[in-house]
Amino acid sequence: MNHEPLLLATPSGDVLNLRPEGPWTAANVVTLETLSRSVGADVDRSRAVTLDMSGVSALDTLGAWVLEKLSRRAASSGRSAEFVGVADHFTGLLDEVRQVNRHTPAPVAAPNPVLSRLGDLGKSTVGAREDITIFLQMLGALFMAVIGVLRRPRSLRLTSLVYQLYRIGWQAIPIVALITFLIGAIIAQQGFFHFRRFGAESYTVDMVGILVLRELGVLIVAIMVAGRSGSAYTAELGSMKMREEIDALSTMGLDPVDVLILPRVAALIIALPILTFIGSVAALYGGGLVAQFYGDMGPAIYIARLHEAISVTHFEVGILKAPFMALVIGIVACSEGLRVKGSAESLGRQTTTSVVKSIFLVIVLDGLFAVFFASIGM
Amino acid sequence: MDASQDQFAIRVRDLVVGFGRQTVLDQLSLDVRRGEILGLVGASGGGKSVLMRTIIGLIPRRSGTIEVMGQPTGGHGRGAATIWGILFQQGALFSSLTVRQNVQFPLRENLVLSQELMDEIAIAKLEMVGLRAQDADKYPSELSGGMTKRVALARALALDPPILFLDEPTSGLDPIAAGDFDALIKTLQKTLGLTVFMVTHDLASLTTVCDRVAALADGKIVAIGPMRELLQSEHPWVRAYFHGKRSQMLQHEMR
Repeated sequence: MNHEPLLLATPSGDVLNLRPEGPWTAANVVTLETLSRSVGADVDRSRAVTLDMSGVSALDTLGAWVLEKLSRRAASSGRSAEFVGVADHFTGLLDEVRQVNRHTPAPVAAPNPVLSRLGDLGKSTVGAREDITIFLQMLGALFMAVIGVLRRPRSLRLTSLVYQLYRIGWQAIPIVALITFLIGAIIAQQGFFHFRRFGAESYTVDMVGILVLRELGVLIVAIMVAGRSGSAYTAELGSMKMREEIDALSTMGLDPVDVLILPRVAALIIALPILTFIGSVAALYGGGLVAQFYGDMGPAIYIARLHEAISVTHFEVGILKAPFMALVIGIVACSEGLRVKGSAESLGRQTTTSVVKSIFLVIVLDGLFAVFFASIGM
Repeated sequence: MDASQDQFAIRVRDLVVGFGRQTVLDQLSLDVRRGEILGLVGASGGGKSVLMRTIIGLIPRRSGTIEVMGQPTGGHGRGAATIWGILFQQGALFSSLTVRQNVQFPLRENLVLSQELMDEIAIAKLEMVGLRAQDADKYPSELSGGMTKRVALARALALDPPILFLDEPTSGLDPIAAGDFDALIKTLQKTLGLTVFMVTHDLASLTTVCDRVAALADGKIVAIGPMRELLQSEHPWVRAYFHGKRSQMLQHEMR
């Protein structure tokens, strides 16, 4: 019994006799490819080719295809090629292989690189317009859902709303407080370190207070919520879309916006201002600790300075932005979730898109608010 | 190689499988002969899929031995795709790969071969299961149920494994597609000399393609043999299965 496949080529006149031997199976594919390549030139030269199969001990689809390819190569230019001595149990396989790969589709020509770049640019432009449309559609659908709830308050999904509040609000408090505490402490430390050179250490408190209440508190919390809860929304809705759960809802006459999206977005809108408040307090507390241990400023002085430096306006500016940021995060997360197609890859892509897009939009929105509040003098 | 190894593709002896306190398979023994199509029937939730998944090593066993092609299972590891191909109920195609890449995956992982040959083999397999070369660049999410099963079958057969496991191959297919699929399995089994282990509820498949049928009840194989013998079986569950209203109707129609 042969353990290595062989291919014996014996020319007799114009006829080339090929005699494959041994196991022609996938396990020996390296040898098979070398063998078939080595006789290629001989096959092209001879007028007729016979393949004597009597020496083959084992044959699978791969081996049969390699032989079939040789015979096709011989037969391609009007010459003849035939199999002889085929054992009974190989006949079916060879016949089967003879049918395949007959209609290879023409390979697609490589596109012009410049044109394809232009095409990509055009596609992403259209895609951006589509993104805006989807955002507005979702905003409109939410608005309609809210009107529906106002008309019939009992149609509000209270259980779902409370559960979402628990998940994205209550459960997020420890991590939000920790991160904002650290950020507040870091800002205060930097302030004391650099302001000390001008003897303006006491202004550190002004900086921490204003920065945290107006900008950083809400921004950091919004970014964290987008990463923590926005991604969860997208993944949940996306996998529900994949398992046709959302279609099931629609066919029962229920609007997925009412059932799934409104409670989620509403929970975000309620939770984000609360988290912002908690975050801001934690940041101010962090600043106060640094003031005591690094800036030699006691709590009494810190609080007194804080009292002078900040007003309710600063707090309002920060907290007013929170619900709008929550709305943006919620809409982006939910609409990206609904755009998930059937594959696992698409779920991952949409989740990434959701987080990146909502963080981007949160920062843009913050910039717009800065311009707005400056112009109305807040 | 002794005669028994030659004769049997799969030998299961005294297999016990359970989860927690529940025992699903209890001292089960089953032999699958080389080159036959064995159909496995059993109640829903009765352990058919558990048996199949235990044989292919996805579920740990409490005791008993399983031999596949004369080798005790457990030591297969990387080369498993050369020993068996598995058609999962939902296809289990890799959703991030195209149809062509799905079929090429076992080839690429197990063999060293040129891209040209790999492409040709992939198309050859797809055509053997009745798909066209044009379908090769689609993604699994773009396929219909029947096409998904065919692609999954092509992938299972990519390395010409001697054993093919099918988990409810015709579920979710219309009767015409199911009939075609049965015929396809029969043809491939003949051409490639496969041993097929098939879990199914489809009475038509059992009658038309299976050489032998095994009935699983109470964690044991209670009857095994050609369909004709099973119809004569006296075991109450087997009687209920094949002589229930639905089965009677089908068998009546077939006569």
